[in-house]
Amino acid sequence: MNGTVIETPSWPSTYGDEARPRVGFFTDTSVCIGCKACEVACKEWNEVPAESLGFEGSSYDNSGDLGANRWRHVAFIEQKVPVNGVTESAPDSWVEEAAKQQLVEHGLEPHDDDSGFRWLMSSDVCKHCTEAGCLDVCPTGSLFRTEFGTVVVQEDICNGCGYCVVACPFGVLDQRKDDGRVWKCTLCYDRIGDDMEPACAQACPTDSIQFGPLDELLDRAGKRATELKDRGHADARLYGADPDDGVGGFGAFFLLLDEPEVYGLPPDPVVPTRHLRRNWLAAGLAAAALAAGIAASFVGEGK
Amino acid sequence: MHDGNSSEADRGSVERAVPEEPTYVHGGTGPGPRTTQTTSTGVGDRRRGGRRREGGERAMVPREKPSSYYGRPVIKPPVWTWEIPTYFFTGGLGGASATFALAAGLTGNRTLARRSWLIAFGALAVSPLLLTSDLGKPMRFLNMLRVFKVTSPMSVGSWVLTLGATATAPAAASAFLGRDLPGARAARFIAGALGLPVATYTAVLVSNTAVPVWSEARWELPLSFAASAAASAGAAATLATPVELAAPARRLAIGGAVVESAMTELMDRRLGELGEPYREGASGRLAKAAKALTVVGAVAMASGARRSRPVVAAGAAALLAGSVCERWAVFKAGFASAEDPKYTVGPQRERAADRSAPDP
Repeated sequence: MNGTVIETPSWPSTYGDEARPRVGFFTDTSVCIGCKACEVACKEWNEVPAESLGFEGSSYDNSGDLGANRWRHVAFIEQKVPVNGVTESAPDSWVEEAAKQQLVEHGLEPHDDDSGFRWLMSSDVCKHCTEAGCLDVCPTGSLFRTEFGTVVVQEDICNGCGYCVVACPFGVLDQRKDDGRVWKCTLCYDRIGDDMEPACAQACPTDSIQFGPLDELLDRAGKRATELKDRGHADARLYGADPDDGVGGFGAFFLLLDEPEVYGLPPDPVVPTRHLRRNWLAAGLAAAALAAGIAASFVGEGK
Repeated sequence: MHDGNSSEADRGSVERAVPEEPTYVHGGTGPGPRTTQTTSTGVGDRRRGGRRREGGERAMVPREKPSSYYGRPVIKPPVWTWEIPTYFFTGGLGGASATFALAAGLTGNRTLARRSWLIAFGALAVSPLLLTSDLGKPMRFLNMLRVFKVTSPMSVGSWVLTLGATATAPAAASAFLGRDLPGARAARFIAGALGLPVATYTAVLVSNTAVPVWSEARWELPLSFAASAAASAGAAATLATPVELAAPARRLAIGGAVVESAMTELMDRRLGELGEPYREGASGRLAKAAKALTVVGAVAMASGARRSRPVVAAGAAALLAGSVCERWAVFKAGFASAEDPKYTVGPQRERAADRSAPDP
């Protein structure tokens, strides 16, 4: 499939010999069982503060969304639709159907019985975008691109201006209220430097969260998506694996079984900085108009 | 299932997120995030056998409402507090006043120039305090000046505001003392020039975000902010200056008010459905107040000129209040826009559909 390394504006160019392979996550939601081990492992390792856990009335989701205190978040979606739009008619191939049933028994397929109900589960995380809006707008340089091509907040520099919060098309970053700074997934910067995989990936019991060099992950994900489609999952699609998308491709991408917005993800995210030139041009024109207006208000005056 | 029954509202949101009726079929066009709801037939037909034939027969009605995850926002609302819209006002007032003061001085209207420099300094001196107070870590405000990034309007703004406010200080001090301090002339030119970006960059600050009502108004917001700045600077100078010397200030205020009204109207039309926050809720009320105050203020200033100082003063006060309301309306609209996922998902879904339409 892909095989090529997606370069970011500052990786690997600014690192020279110190650049390491760009790493990321492939979150294969088709095998997620919603155990939340990733949420727990992330909190444990990164000492992310606890927050009140209550029943939110949204299936088994009790943490809501990503934020300063949730760097992994497992979404639960209950759907009353037959999987893949397949209706109850008899299958053409009983062999294929039997193979599928076997996969279901092994937990490798989403639940799919005659009741026409399915559960989608997905562990969301910072996307570590190729073109990262948060990093672009950070006025202090606190957010930076690591030698692994990931995006990390330096907490000793962040002054809590909050600009990255609104610049992220995914709503990943947020301010920690009692602390004032913003926090997000570091892709376990402190672990990957020691050749350990991030806590969430290590804790994931089904390998729904896979960590590794991005090119390898993309390759593997492409094969997995094709495999699922061949098996009849027409809805299986990769999300964030296209380097031509609005953020230049994600460093942490997903295999989804429905539209991204069903999982709370934007269907066509675009990094705000894509419009930077137009934005500044508009401001330049406005500044010129202001100058002209001020000059015009003095017409007829003079010494 | 759970025994903890979810409320009707929760149920509603689940069902909204997952339509029960098969009104559409997802047609994957291959690996990658670009999928479309319009490529219906290919999916089933391309496959071996007719097992998924039914898929092709489904009605291809576009989804009426963008779906969401339990109605939760896709993006985060700003964490900014009252200091930010207040600063939009003071920064606009200070920046435009500095440029106006320079122009007044150059045309020999010394009283108008002096008063305007003092207004500019007052507004630009309070601005960094407001911005610092909004920070999560106010003691680290100087970290803003450890880098300069064009990709960050806040970084650019921190620099132009710092330099602009610094240059305004000697200009205002000279105006106050009535004699030029060393370097005052250069300071005036620098402050007058930097006043223009100070008054306009804040529009880019908000348009360079993922908030739909802000980012989609990228062409209108800067001129709207510049006009609002002009209106407030003109109004403030009018209040501070004797009527017979304030004619340029009145003209600037009225001109700014006219352009501001036109720009908000244009923005409203161009945003369409995305602009709902300017018509509903708290931001809608602020937008209406801004519009009314701006129109009333401009009319009062125009009609009262040379005849009635109280009428002109009341008009100027209305324009200042209108400018404040306008900044708050834009600020609040951003929250409303971020908090409802339909504003984020809807346009993106349309964009993705438009883009994949040419290839079947």
